[in-house]
Amino acid sequence: MYRIAINLKDARYYQIATLGLLFVFQLIFSDFGSDLKVLTVTLFGAILGQYCAQKYFSLPVLDLKSPLITSLSLTLLLKTNFIWIYFLAALLAMASKFLIRIGDKHIFNPANIAIVALLLIAPYYVWISPGQWGSAVWFGFGLMCFAGLVLGHATRIDTALFFLTSYVGLLLGRALWLGDPLDITMHQMQSGALLIFTFFMITDPKTTPDHRFGRFLFTFAVALIGFSLQFSFQIREGLFYALAIVCIIRPIIDWLLVHERFEWVTHK
Amino acid sequence: MTRLFVTILTLGLLMSSQAFAFCGFYVSKADTKLFNKASKVVLARADDRTVITMANDFQGDAKDFAVVVPVPSVITKSQVNVAENRIIDHLDAYTAPRLVEYFDSNPCQQMHMEMMMRAATLSDGGANESVMGLAKRAKSLGVTIEEEYTVGEYDIVVLSAKQSDGLLTFLNQEGYKLPKGAEKVLGSYIKQDMKFFLAKVNLDAFEKSGFTYLRPLQVAYEHKKFMLPIRLGTLNANGPQDIILFTLTKKGRVEPSNYRTVKIPSNENVPLFVENEFGEFYKSMFDTAVEQEDMKAMFLEYAWDMGWCDPCAADPLANEDLRTLGVWWLNAPAAKQPGPVPLPGQPRIMPVPQGGQDVFVTRLHARYTAETFPEDIALQETSDRENFQGRYVMQHPYTGVAECSGADDYYAQLPERFEKEAKYLANITGWDINDIRSKMQKNGQSFDMKAKKDPRPWWERLWANGDDE
Repeated sequence: MYRIAINLKDARYYQIATLGLLFVFQLIFSDFGSDLKVLTVTLFGAILGQYCAQKYFSLPVLDLKSPLITSLSLTLLLKTNFIWIYFLAALLAMASKFLIRIGDKHIFNPANIAIVALLLIAPYYVWISPGQWGSAVWFGFGLMCFAGLVLGHATRIDTALFFLTSYVGLLLGRALWLGDPLDITMHQMQSGALLIFTFFMITDPKTTPDHRFGRFLFTFAVALIGFSLQFSFQIREGLFYALAIVCIIRPIIDWLLVHERFEWVTHK
Repeated sequence: MTRLFVTILTLGLLMSSQAFAFCGFYVSKADTKLFNKASKVVLARADDRTVITMANDFQGDAKDFAVVVPVPSVITKSQVNVAENRIIDHLDAYTAPRLVEYFDSNPCQQMHMEMMMRAATLSDGGANESVMGLAKRAKSLGVTIEEEYTVGEYDIVVLSAKQSDGLLTFLNQEGYKLPKGAEKVLGSYIKQDMKFFLAKVNLDAFEKSGFTYLRPLQVAYEHKKFMLPIRLGTLNANGPQDIILFTLTKKGRVEPSNYRTVKIPSNENVPLFVENEFGEFYKSMFDTAVEQEDMKAMFLEYAWDMGWCDPCAADPLANEDLRTLGVWWLNAPAAKQPGPVPLPGQPRIMPVPQGGQDVFVTRLHARYTAETFPEDIALQETSDRENFQGRYVMQHPYTGVAECSGADDYYAQLPERFEKEAKYLANITGWDINDIRSKMQKNGQSFDMKAKKDPRPWWERLWANGDDE
């Protein structure tokens, strides 16, 4: 039998609470949001994926946090008219975590790679809606994300800050170069998808470099590639593609800059 | 109680017997100026091939008309066309928010249903343009005249520029009265490698054409940019302005990727008097919706497969008109796609043989200022083929003779139903609920309706040849 471990020092509880609250927000405020049925199906797919993989690899403790975070992220970001696609996305996400690995780390953030894979293989069925949050919800959510990080796990703040600084820096640079008002930069930052991306995808400690300088390189590369895809190639989902691309070269960064490996909960 | 009885058979009969007149009936006149300072734009797009059609509702003297549109590439003469207003009006009518009418059946008899449909076309005012006259000297100001030609009644010049101040000086010299702040916006477009498409009216050609109004101007280009440049237009606007954007795409619904999309309130019962003031109703409702979103959202008014409609505010556009609007893929073999999904409660699908294949129409409506929409509208095509329409239901109570115990139950639930309609209307329009209630009373929607009894003595009814319903 599996047993379920609960350790409140684990930052992922804060993540689940924040994402859960955002899910409730979009239930109330968004006309194009996902409902409970979608969340249930996604969660079912994710837990099934996690369970099967753990059984296959004979891992004793059934981890529910990772499937829950992945399901909430997928439910909030991925859009489709076909509910079975959410199931498929959740399975893909979990499978990627166990099957695409180098050493003892998985390569891709599960929700991110599921989104990218589906955008590429099923463009007629899925899409991403980056502009679906109002500014009030955005500010509230942003604060919660920061609070969650501070309360939860200090080592992850740097990833979020490195990324936000790089990305906003690029947006600001573009605005200055074009002579555009700062209103435009502010407006570009007010995207719910950007917040989920920043606080729940790129900050995934399991798929970011162990070394702090490595994390800086990693996040800057994501920001630069994402920015270019968005503004030069007009690909609205640029950041998601960028993260997947940079994740592929992440093992090289880890190999060059060796550092102690991250664990969600340190057992002493 | 009644809507459940809208059967395929009933509607099928209605459609086949009076489909044409039925679908073309307007409550408000097509030329009603519901929204001031509004512009209508149609964007047809697939695989980076875009055709933009700009409706021209310019009301002033034709010689005063001038427009500057930033475009992603140089536009040659063959990339420009002049369309007919009729096509845009048709698209406007086809996608317009609609008022639907249902009649309750006799609560004592087997249910049968009649339904009528009416639509309001939301027409709008002129674009904000300035006087223009254009000469051919530009080099010294760093401005290049890339193209210069006449199409229909329009004289067209396509410019590229190196410096915004040079471009602004040039445009000012040539009679363009560009608003304050234009230089920065022009500069931004120049750095984004955009060109400038200028059009004014060629008065000789206009006179010879015999038209009394300016026709829509169309521009075709192939570029990955899918956006709507609104920044120049916000500079000289006095107060908010409206844009109604129609898109025709292959895959599915179009949405702004940098602004929130909100569905316009829809599919609810409204009091019967709304029929008399549907235009005012829609305007108030839109005002309220805009206010609730702090003028920061685009509203979805219609999203539908062009092959059909239900109910039809106007027939779907003919293939020929769709091609004129830029639907270049119409003759291409149909890609395999998920079929249309009717709305919950929508009774049936009405396929229209004339309609185009793989054409999905989206109608987005925004009211904006430079503060609330600081950035050009970036658009994206989604795979969403779920149908949506602005649809408001008038449900007429039964007013004939009804004598049975069921009739009392029926009339007992009416006040609650009417109150719900009144509250909904007050909620979405911001109108005073007491005014609504009294208008309902005046319009025959009384809150104390009783079952109508047959005045004849029972023996007369016993032997009369039943003129009961």
